[in-house]
Amino acid sequence: MAESAPHHACPPASTCVPTVIVDDVHVVYRVHGSGGGATSPVAALRRILTGTRAPTIREVHAVKGVSFVAHEGEAIGIIGSNGSGKSTLLRTIAGLLPPNRGAVYTKGQPSLLGVNAALLSDLSGERNALLGCLAMGMSRAEARRLVPEIIEYSGINERGDFGSLPMRTYSSGMAARLRFAIASAKSHEVLLIDEALATGDAKFRRRSEERIRKMREAAGTVFLVSHQNSTIRDTCERTIWLEAGLIRMDGSTDEVVGAYEQFTRGG
Amino acid sequence: MELAAMTDSAVTEHHSTSPLRQLATTHGLRVAGARPSLLAYARQLWGYRHFIGAYANAKLVASFSTARLGQLWQILTPLTNAAVYYLIFGVILNTRGQVDNFIAYLCTGLFVFTFTQGVVQQGTQSISGSLGLIRALHFPRACLPIAVMLTQFQTLVAAIVVLIGIVLVSGEPITVEWLLLVPTLFLQSVFNTGLALAMARLGAKLTDVKQVIPFVMRTWMYGSGVLYSVENFEKHLPAGVAVLVEANPLLIYIELARHSLMESAPLASPVPQLWLLAVGWALLVGFAGFLFFWRGEREYGRG
Repeated sequence: MAESAPHHACPPASTCVPTVIVDDVHVVYRVHGSGGGATSPVAALRRILTGTRAPTIREVHAVKGVSFVAHEGEAIGIIGSNGSGKSTLLRTIAGLLPPNRGAVYTKGQPSLLGVNAALLSDLSGERNALLGCLAMGMSRAEARRLVPEIIEYSGINERGDFGSLPMRTYSSGMAARLRFAIASAKSHEVLLIDEALATGDAKFRRRSEERIRKMREAAGTVFLVSHQNSTIRDTCERTIWLEAGLIRMDGSTDEVVGAYEQFTRGG
Repeated sequence: MELAAMTDSAVTEHHSTSPLRQLATTHGLRVAGARPSLLAYARQLWGYRHFIGAYANAKLVASFSTARLGQLWQILTPLTNAAVYYLIFGVILNTRGQVDNFIAYLCTGLFVFTFTQGVVQQGTQSISGSLGLIRALHFPRACLPIAVMLTQFQTLVAAIVVLIGIVLVSGEPITVEWLLLVPTLFLQSVFNTGLALAMARLGAKLTDVKQVIPFVMRTWMYGSGVLYSVENFEKHLPAGVAVLVEANPLLIYIELARHSLMESAPLASPVPQLWLLAVGWALLVGFAGFLFFWRGEREYGRG
């Protein structure tokens, strides 16, 4: 399973230092409350006392043994149909979702930037920006200094003063822009982006692509999950194609995206 | 499906001869999301103290943001609560005859109990209710239950302001002993932090716990002498159970609070014994809760 030396182990642009090593990773989700089933307090108490598992728990094997190596300065696209395990894989690389088997080794602390990065929707964008900075481990002074920059970069104030309105009043595009702005306020050694750019408008997409390029220059590694093949083509030179929790193909973007397009067209 | 058997703990230490693992070791890469040592974890948490404070504050603000009266509910909720219990237990069931100043007795017990109740209820959901945040950002997970404790503490402070008003109106004099309320609530806060951490891990693993909590808290409330005199309650119990009731940490914190605010509160145990037990419970539950939560640090993302 472990392909220790993929054919493109050292892309010419990189310095050939690995930043992320994914070694035969398996992830199993345990899903509660699938299908009806008794959830009354009495039934719950009985289950706790007898130590039996609820009949409503099912397991989903989302990633089934994935291995690859990523290097400094690489931008890697991850493609695949819905439910192929892309987002799960990113979360595992970020250390947010522990693998059931295998291991992920990283240089520094990877940061995941996803569309469903839940901030507190009852709070204003500014407060969320502050909280996000603190949650990334910044000091209070640093966070305070960065908040205006984040609001400015996200462009949510272009249509009036949205920065002080609760986030539940934002459109999905605005919220995604703010989240990207927060997460990219800090420089990361490994940045994982999950569909975050898809919701922004053309102008914001251009701006975010620019920022990703800058991050790569700062010797970081970027992973990008997207259903937009054009975004992958523009930002990544290497692409991994996941299908049903397994790597179907791993290689140069042109080659892999081409094969993927043929696959999707074929239905 | 055969993987189910090896879910929770079987992780990194498999085939140690894997070439990828060797590559990782050569370049000094670390396992993503590995659990730090207990001391390092405590240090990490300290580094995140601003986040904990800001998050606790944000939660408090958010919880009232859709209500028209907003933060005023912080005062209104304990007042309404006290009024309802006073009406039912004090007036209708007439338990007030057993205690000199029943309204002060009731409110002190009620507000101190509500503090722990809120921590247990919210703490149970602090991990399972924030999976989005946990799967999006990397921070020591103990931040969440500790923030729950802080949010509830802020609610308690508002309730204490109301309480002091009630106690004064009901005719208790202001004495130096009132200052003892500060160490009492501090010890209870340490106790509650441990409780929040423990409940957070339980609630994250066993989603069923949430369903049982209301029963447990109701029972605990009846055993803590909140609504009636403890003396009266103990009279009806066999000696063995009465000892258990006397060691009940919540009863101890409630009695200490009553002792500091009221001139003649009936107590179940002598005061030095109360203090000793209060410190003991805080240290024991505070540390055990932290240890228990830390041991599960790796698992919290997994839903």
